[in-house]
Amino acid sequence: MDRRTVLKGLAGAGSLALTGGLAAPALSQGAAARTLRFVPQANLANFDPIWGTQYVVRNAAAMVWDTLYGIDAQLQPQRQMVESEETTDDGKIWTFRLRPGLKFHDGEPVLAKDVVASLSRWAARDPMGLMIVAIQQELTAVDDRTFKWVLKQPYPKMLYALAKNNAPCSFMMPERIAKTDPFKQITEYIGSGPMKFAKGEWVPGAKAVFEKFADYVPRQEKASWLAGGKQIMVDRVEWIVMPDPATAAAALQNGEVDWWENPIADLVPVLKKNKNISVDIGDPLGNIGSFRMNHLFAPFNDVRARRAVLMALSQEDYMRAIVGDDNALWKSLPGFFTPDTPLYSEMGGEILKGKRDFDAAKKLLAESGYSGQPVTCLVAQDQPITKAQGDVTADLLKKLGMNVDFVATDWGTVGSRRAAKTPPGQGGWNMFHSWHAGADCITPASYTAIRANGDKAWFGWPNSPGTEKEVTSWFEAKNLEEEKAAVGRLNKAALDDVVYAPTGFFLTYTAWRKNVAGITKGPLPFFWGVSKTV
Amino acid sequence: MLSYILRRIVATLPVMAIVALFVFSLLYIAPGDPAVVIAGDQASPEDVERIRQSLGLDRPFLIQFGSWVWRILHGDLGTSIFTNLPVSAMIGQRLGPTLSLMIVTLLLTIVVAVPLGVVAAWKAGSLIDRAIMGFAVFGFSLPVFVVGYMLAYIFALELEWLPVQGYTPLTAGFWPWLENLILPAIALGCVYIALVARITRAAMLEVLQQDYIRTARAKGLGQGGILFIHALKNAAVPIVTVIGIGIALLIGGAVVTESVFAIPGLGRLTIDAILRRDYPVIQGIVLLFSFVYVLVNLMIDVVYTLVDPRIRY
Repeated sequence: MDRRTVLKGLAGAGSLALTGGLAAPALSQGAAARTLRFVPQANLANFDPIWGTQYVVRNAAAMVWDTLYGIDAQLQPQRQMVESEETTDDGKIWTFRLRPGLKFHDGEPVLAKDVVASLSRWAARDPMGLMIVAIQQELTAVDDRTFKWVLKQPYPKMLYALAKNNAPCSFMMPERIAKTDPFKQITEYIGSGPMKFAKGEWVPGAKAVFEKFADYVPRQEKASWLAGGKQIMVDRVEWIVMPDPATAAAALQNGEVDWWENPIADLVPVLKKNKNISVDIGDPLGNIGSFRMNHLFAPFNDVRARRAVLMALSQEDYMRAIVGDDNALWKSLPGFFTPDTPLYSEMGGEILKGKRDFDAAKKLLAESGYSGQPVTCLVAQDQPITKAQGDVTADLLKKLGMNVDFVATDWGTVGSRRAAKTPPGQGGWNMFHSWHAGADCITPASYTAIRANGDKAWFGWPNSPGTEKEVTSWFEAKNLEEEKAAVGRLNKAALDDVVYAPTGFFLTYTAWRKNVAGITKGPLPFFWGVSKTV
Repeated sequence: MLSYILRRIVATLPVMAIVALFVFSLLYIAPGDPAVVIAGDQASPEDVERIRQSLGLDRPFLIQFGSWVWRILHGDLGTSIFTNLPVSAMIGQRLGPTLSLMIVTLLLTIVVAVPLGVVAAWKAGSLIDRAIMGFAVFGFSLPVFVVGYMLAYIFALELEWLPVQGYTPLTAGFWPWLENLILPAIALGCVYIALVARITRAAMLEVLQQDYIRTARAKGLGQGGILFIHALKNAAVPIVTVIGIGIALLIGGAVVTESVFAIPGLGRLTIDAILRRDYPVIQGIVLLFSFVYVLVNLMIDVVYTLVDPRIRY
């Protein structure tokens, strides 16, 4: 073996690997205008919207899979794939008829049997779907375009369940795909939505491509969130994953991408100064910050200790730690439901209002029997929102005289450890931080975090019969007034028992190049109606 | 030589086996649960448990390990828990960008660092030497991401000469491929250039003291010939060693560089997989990196024989 042989071998191996990389077609001027380059909030690591319920999967899935109904900007369910529906007087039998001409991306027509299989898979994973299944008598296809859902008792929230934008949404898939076990991933990504998924160009962690579906027939109504005519104005939407916000900001300024879903607050002033970039609130439904206390173990198994924390908690401290000095991005939240939505309530919220009373809080904490035992506080350092909240909480607890065991870790570890029901000193925990999309906190339907049914509740396992009673009242409510009254009582009961501690309401921005038009505010990025000029 | 290479390759097998066991054990005892990440923030504990069962994560350690080793022996690195894609396919998608970045960085390093080291040794003690060594200290001290941001700000945002991010394969053209790699290669190469320049200088200083160099000068050979033909060739063994060892630096640095410049390479795949606890992907990448490192060491040994005929195996 000589030098020349070695070099030849290396060159051959190198060129083979280099040319086998990502396909990236060079774009002409016209093609550039027909390709929208988008930086999503996170990596699209999987693409089964029933199996994986992350928001980023839901957002991408909304392009590829259509729904029977879609929620609009007024938070009302509107017909989408459905042409008409009928319900019997007793509310137990629902009959739905599909719009004509619906097609899947593989050219096959959308049939009632596809819908039945899709609904069955969705219902196995969705909280509202599970409720329907619990009272289901049968779900059958009557003919190619008609299906029937027969229930043992009425379910007034049926259309909302089929329209809601909370993950998992009831996306419609071909029967052969929808028959996949809901706890296993699908391997084909065939929908009937306005865009097709280019599986061959998918590089998880880097890029996902969606192409306009020529055979999609949009509704005639104006688009409004997930409802109405989903008119696609570009040929391709490329999702380019950028883990580093500074890189995303630079790429947007340099015109290498067109739309950045959620710029971090620190970089927004730079973007606002750029004359080629528009910045606005992305999702008016925002987010609700939270820290959850473990109701199974001392000190937070005593409601007085939980209330002591609420009495001292300053939501302004939390919100400023998350969004900085931009007052447009946050507001106090003396309750659990999303502000400026129909069911919003402050009933029982006095404990979170006004001057913080540390003396009274300390007294109440002492009455609860707290005597200096360590309080294990899990803080994910790789999530800016949880890290900011964790730092404020540690300070708050120390001011209350609590002995904080601050566990700085990553989100993956928090996610795993929070499921442990063992005592804090034996691998368990006392509190962790999170946040909830405002879209999930509009009604009790998808609001997992507000449930307080003990062992079946979300992490922290709160047990508050009063809260659960009002959740049931909301589901049984026959009109908006009854719903409002139920949610008001629910809000008070949940605050009285401190199901969890809301740390405030905050918004995030979205940013796009000025040659892009048609971006609307909403709980997810809507690509219909979005156009681009070079 | 061939039998030596074969023996070395066979000797890598136990090394790889130990690495495999170590990596698998480490991931098994590490906190975190991919089922929790998959299920999402709103999932119930029952959902998480069902996902865990469907992924086989509830099985005993030895069964999981045995099943993994069996697949590896059949050339199957497994399937990603999250993407449901074969790990080998995911690695294949990411190999091109990372290899491109490493090759350009390596070439840049050799082209810049070796002449700098030679000149520094030639002008030892002078202002030029101090300037070059000062630059080396600078290169060592600056973190990759700081250099990356500075380069992106100056050359992409201010001057608009080069793109901020991304990767274009070589099939799309040489310049589109190269323009995406210039800034990342400089950022990643800073430490490497500093290291190689310092080693080159040290090796050259030693060689330049040798009698045969004095003889060459006495015979009237030009300075360039003395430095680059006679001295550098004899100083090459430690330089080649450092260049080889430095590939480990490149692998580590690629993780940061690929994040800063949004290059879809193996470094980013590694980080994503670790944060999500995507065990099969982590195991596949670590095995690959270990293999590459072992292979690089073998190549260095082979290169010794090419630069110094006195070395025989």
